[in-house]
Amino acid sequence: MVHLFELMGKKLAYDSECSSIYSLDELSYRILVLYREANGLRPCDEKIGQVCESIQADRKEGIEICDSFDELIDREALFAPKIKAGLSVLYPDSPKIKAMCLHICHDCNMRCRYCFAGTGDYGTHHRSMLSVSTGKKAIDFLIAASGDRHHLDIDFFGGEPLMNWNVVRELTQYCEMKGEISGKDIRLTITTNALLLDKEKTDFINEHMKNCVLSIDGRPEVHNRMRPGIGGKPTYQPISENIRRFIKARESEPTHHKEYYVRGTFTRLNTDFSEDVRHIAQELGARHVSMEPVVSAPGTGYEIRTQDLEAIKTEYERLAEYIDQTRLDGRPIHFFHFHMDFEGGPCVYKRLKGCGVGSEYCAVTPEGDIYPCHQFVGEKNFLMGNVSDLDKITDDNGDLLTGHSVENILDPNVRKIFSDRLLPNRPECEICFARYHCGGGCAANRYFSTGSLDKEYEIGCSLIRKRLECSIWLACVKSEREV
Amino acid sequence: MKHIQIVREAKIKYPCSGKACGECQTSCQSACKTSCTVANQPCESES
Repeated sequence: MVHLFELMGKKLAYDSECSSIYSLDELSYRILVLYREANGLRPCDEKIGQVCESIQADRKEGIEICDSFDELIDREALFAPKIKAGLSVLYPDSPKIKAMCLHICHDCNMRCRYCFAGTGDYGTHHRSMLSVSTGKKAIDFLIAASGDRHHLDIDFFGGEPLMNWNVVRELTQYCEMKGEISGKDIRLTITTNALLLDKEKTDFINEHMKNCVLSIDGRPEVHNRMRPGIGGKPTYQPISENIRRFIKARESEPTHHKEYYVRGTFTRLNTDFSEDVRHIAQELGARHVSMEPVVSAPGTGYEIRTQDLEAIKTEYERLAEYIDQTRLDGRPIHFFHFHMDFEGGPCVYKRLKGCGVGSEYCAVTPEGDIYPCHQFVGEKNFLMGNVSDLDKITDDNGDLLTGHSVENILDPNVRKIFSDRLLPNRPECEICFARYHCGGGCAANRYFSTGSLDKEYEIGCSLIRKRLECSIWLACVKSEREV
Repeated sequence: MKHIQIVREAKIKYPCSGKACGECQTSCQSACKTSCTVANQPCESES
């Protein structure tokens, strides 16, 4: 599918089937519109002549442009054939769970107004901590479930994982030990609100965790409005100081892991969120930033509404201009959703199977319950199993008993709910130029915003498309500078 | 091509094996946790 659009002074074409990008002038843009109307076929000379005449261009130039487009079409770099892949090729054998969001605790020391986790307890009214033994069982489950996969990922999540720090430390060491024994590369991430992020924890995370996600919403008034502490206390000051110190330490020590993201959430109360990205970059020193639109039920007062979309889209354009400016200034900021590799990136199959919810990814609660992802935790219809059931299919050494598989302890019906909804089975995505960019989008966003896994979360889709357009614009201006 | 600037002439990668290798990171592990961007994940195939 060829998507044509105009953005911030550029006329751009993007072929979603091959990821090619073209910057066009007025005449070639108008002619490509004709090609698209004719499903990629060269328009007749009469139509070319009419377009040239409409902008007082020489007809010869119109013909030359068509010759160029035809060359690109011949080498499948424009109007590329539609990607065809069935579900059977999306995995080397079968889907294997190889990534886990491990809930270190269901408790939190903050009371964020938009928290999808019910301020830590996931709506259970029961706050709990993961034990070392259940945590180890979860890691054993992941290793067993992953089969032949070499790269495994675990995110220490919550609630707030730093509230259960000793368990984080012990499980980190367990992962390192078990990774070596099993021959797996277990990459660790921790996601924290940074309120308890002191020097000792900073040093430990920098030494052991491949990635760290730190939450702050940006400017002090924006952050404090949505992310208060217990009793409504403002939290901006301690958190910003902790994050600043963390980044400085992570970037300064050569042996430290380097990956991190400072992550915020914006709501309809701060549709000028590019100012918050700018604040995070300039005041906290962050170079890797993500800013996510809030997803919430209607009626909260801060949920994003259809009438907010135009303002938000304009703000993404301002953000793209700012990101480009940081490149010119020699200190580029990587904004998660604009960071694209149009020449490489993931293979076609990754793009078709999306985030892996319930098939390659799961969440495990402090009680050992397994869910398709962190956002579905507490939704009993989506409970897939419990890591303690691993005991039923392993011997005293932890090895699988003959004839048993980890699949035996996972509810196949829940897994099927998600495997049935992968991109190749989503006809509503067929008409979207961003489908290989989001891989069919977030199932949890659909479920919690529309009440159904099948209905489109139109606001979310609209914003994904806008972010992709901005990424293409950034690729274009960068390319022009390199010429 | 004075009227057309090729910013990227690309092909989406098809693995030689004809199937996914399954080694790449699941996207929610990296930064977002509430929304889905897949195309910014690096390929981790070792073949």
